[in-house]
Amino acid sequence: MRVTVIDYKAGNLTSVLKALRHLGAEAEVTEDDLSMVQKAERIVLPGVGHFSATARLDSTGLTPEIRAAIARGVPFLGICVGMQWLYAGSNEAPRQAGLGHFSESCTRFPEAGEKVPHVGWNSLDMSANSRLLTGVEPGEFVYFTHSFKAPVTQDTAATTLYVEPFASSVERGNVFGVQFHPEKSSETGLRILRNFLAWERS
Amino acid sequence: MLTKRIIACLDVHGGRVVKGVQFVDVVDAGDPAALAARHAREGADEIVLLDITATHEGRQTLLDTVRRTALELFVPFCVGGGIRSASDAAQVFEAGADKVSVNSAALADPSLIDAIGRSFGAQAVVVAIDARRDSAASDPVRDAQVFVQGGRRPAGRRVVEWAREAEARGAGEILLTSMDSDGMRTGFDCELTAAVSAAVSIPVIASGGAGTVDHFVDVFGRGKADAALAASIFHFGVSSARALKEHLQDAGISVRLPC
Repeated sequence: MRVTVIDYKAGNLTSVLKALRHLGAEAEVTEDDLSMVQKAERIVLPGVGHFSATARLDSTGLTPEIRAAIARGVPFLGICVGMQWLYAGSNEAPRQAGLGHFSESCTRFPEAGEKVPHVGWNSLDMSANSRLLTGVEPGEFVYFTHSFKAPVTQDTAATTLYVEPFASSVERGNVFGVQFHPEKSSETGLRILRNFLAWERS
Repeated sequence: MLTKRIIACLDVHGGRVVKGVQFVDVVDAGDPAALAARHAREGADEIVLLDITATHEGRQTLLDTVRRTALELFVPFCVGGGIRSASDAAQVFEAGADKVSVNSAALADPSLIDAIGRSFGAQAVVVAIDARRDSAASDPVRDAQVFVQGGRRPAGRRVVEWAREAEARGAGEILLTSMDSDGMRTGFDCELTAAVSAAVSIPVIASGGAGTVDHFVDVFGRGKADAALAASIFHFGVSSARALKEHLQDAGISVRLPC
């Protein structure tokens, strides 16, 4: 299947592309080609680094096209900052709006004697019948590297505990997000990407 | 719960592994791609590949090696050795590394840390520090001397202040090697590791001195390390990262298991 991966210059895409192609996907990359988003069958928005990098999605005109694609029912997966962008915003870059698909905002981990950023392998606690995490057992480990996080809400598909529970995965309809890096999370991560590639609207 | 990481390290020269975690029954013990894949399969949480080839023509060999190694590797992959500029780093990322480690070049020009971090994110920049305790200093541990060029020349910096500067410039992790302990197999320098770990908010990877499984227990406890580098696992009497982690779990250290 074909996947459109959006490059908004927030870090390196090689690992994400490699994992998608390893799973048999035909991954194509766009920086600002609106027609590719208009024709997309599936969209992945990766991203590491600073929330302010998502400003590029606005300046290239991709934001309204992504919104329209989501409204058409195109399966969408946001990874790390790509997941945070699905929310209203992040206090990492307060003047930069997110997509607002989820109404809450992302915040920095509170100071509590633990190191920030949260870096390394941490476990998933599934909250409900997640479609993205089908086949993943509670307690399985995935790889994180981030300082900001989304709150736990009714759309949260999995939580992870670091200082406090946060949303490590979110989903509603055809929109999915993961705070961790499935492309770097060994077999568990590949299973999650495979689930995304296989997911169809019922 | 966030777990402690066991990182397998491969020293590579001219595209071949010359030192590092070895396995008895690997037919081709020198192939970095095969060894990295095997370590990942056998429970390593991350792979570090350090290129010790210092020549210009060696760079293309390194990029080929990185590309080949990264192809089937789905755990974090860090590459170090000879990265002197943001464009060197860009090539290594393009070849499939998730992080680069910089050492001498960052000491020569600390703005290298900022430059790589700006383009690829802080999580992609590991600053490697080789330090030796300085008995002449008022605090021999916090003021341990930092060395460059593989430990041959003092850099004129002190370990804690340099680690803090690296963090302030946007380093995502510190890879700290104790030159006093390296190769001794008498244990990590836990005081040194703890001093650096307490001084920064980013993760500290401990390296140098492991000789037994208990040394890992010690560095994760007393040493406050977030991760530890395993350079030659057979020296610890275990056969794989997984076996090492099983011992750690028995000792009450939180690790990624099953893996």
